[in-house]
Amino acid sequence: MPRLHWEDFAPGQVTACGSRLVTRAEIVAFAAEYDPQPMHLDEQAARATLLGGLVASGWHSCCLLMRMLSDSLLGEASFMGAPGIEEVKWLAPVRPGERIEARATVLETRPSRSRPDMGFVKFRFELVGASGQPVMSLITSPMFARRPTDAAQAAQPARGGS
Amino acid sequence: MKFFEDIRVGEISELGRHTFTAEDIKAFAARFDPQPFHLDEAQAARSHFGALCASGWHTACVWIRLLIRYRRREDEELRGRGEPVAQMGPSPGFRDLEWLRPVYAGDTVSYATEVVETRPLNSRPAWGIIFVRNTGVNQRGEPVISFVSSMFVERRDKGQEPA
Repeated sequence: MPRLHWEDFAPGQVTACGSRLVTRAEIVAFAAEYDPQPMHLDEQAARATLLGGLVASGWHSCCLLMRMLSDSLLGEASFMGAPGIEEVKWLAPVRPGERIEARATVLETRPSRSRPDMGFVKFRFELVGASGQPVMSLITSPMFARRPTDAAQAAQPARGGS
Repeated sequence: MKFFEDIRVGEISELGRHTFTAEDIKAFAARFDPQPFHLDEAQAARSHFGALCASGWHTACVWIRLLIRYRRREDEELRGRGEPVAQMGPSPGFRDLEWLRPVYAGDTVSYATEVVETRPLNSRPAWGIIFVRNTGVNQRGEPVISFVSSMFVERRDKGQEPA
């Protein structure tokens, strides 16, 4: 039974979702597999690019954030996936050996109109880099199952006067 | 890739296709998105997805792989014709990403990208920014992913043209 359900989220909640070191080896391995651009693969070639040195693929940052959230907030909750991502901003590069922290801020919650057993929670997720500033922000509205008792009540047809 | 000045709104590039095997789906999920419906057939069958399906991040990461391969082929063709090749710069991000349908094990997704907007950059005269609508369609012709991403592209004139 997950610890957190849709009902447990409220606008304004901020949750720290762990930190991790991003190694050169994993930056290059991800890039070789999915995003083989010089700025993600090779220090020498990366120096000639706009960012002036080796940096993690932005898609790698998204995947690392997903993993950090799975190991923390989403792993403890009745998470049911997300229909999409409203916006991702890659604000600053992530460099080899940099420590990143993940942070979740609840922006709003709404029940599902078609599915009384679930609801949506709109989050701003951020990765904060070594400078203390966000290196990435991501806005998305994942789905969470409602607490079983609440879901059963929401499924009852509404009756006037009761 | 082509220089910023040579990129036209409405241009569509077919990037190629990819078949998502159960093994690939599970391996990606184990690294980055360890949800039961991406990791295990039996648990996926009991979930709202009904069967093992790929992480949405996996579907998106295959897009960037096919885009980079496409740009490489394009660069080789340009060099083959003796034409200069523009640098593709970093991307500031993307928006409006929708995972429209699950990508199930065995599905083949065909990806395409369409230029929707081009804008010179006042702050960096050597670069422009382009916005592209990226889509993936499965073997039944059903869209599975759509999003709009942006990227910096080198300008040929480096902002030196007379005003």
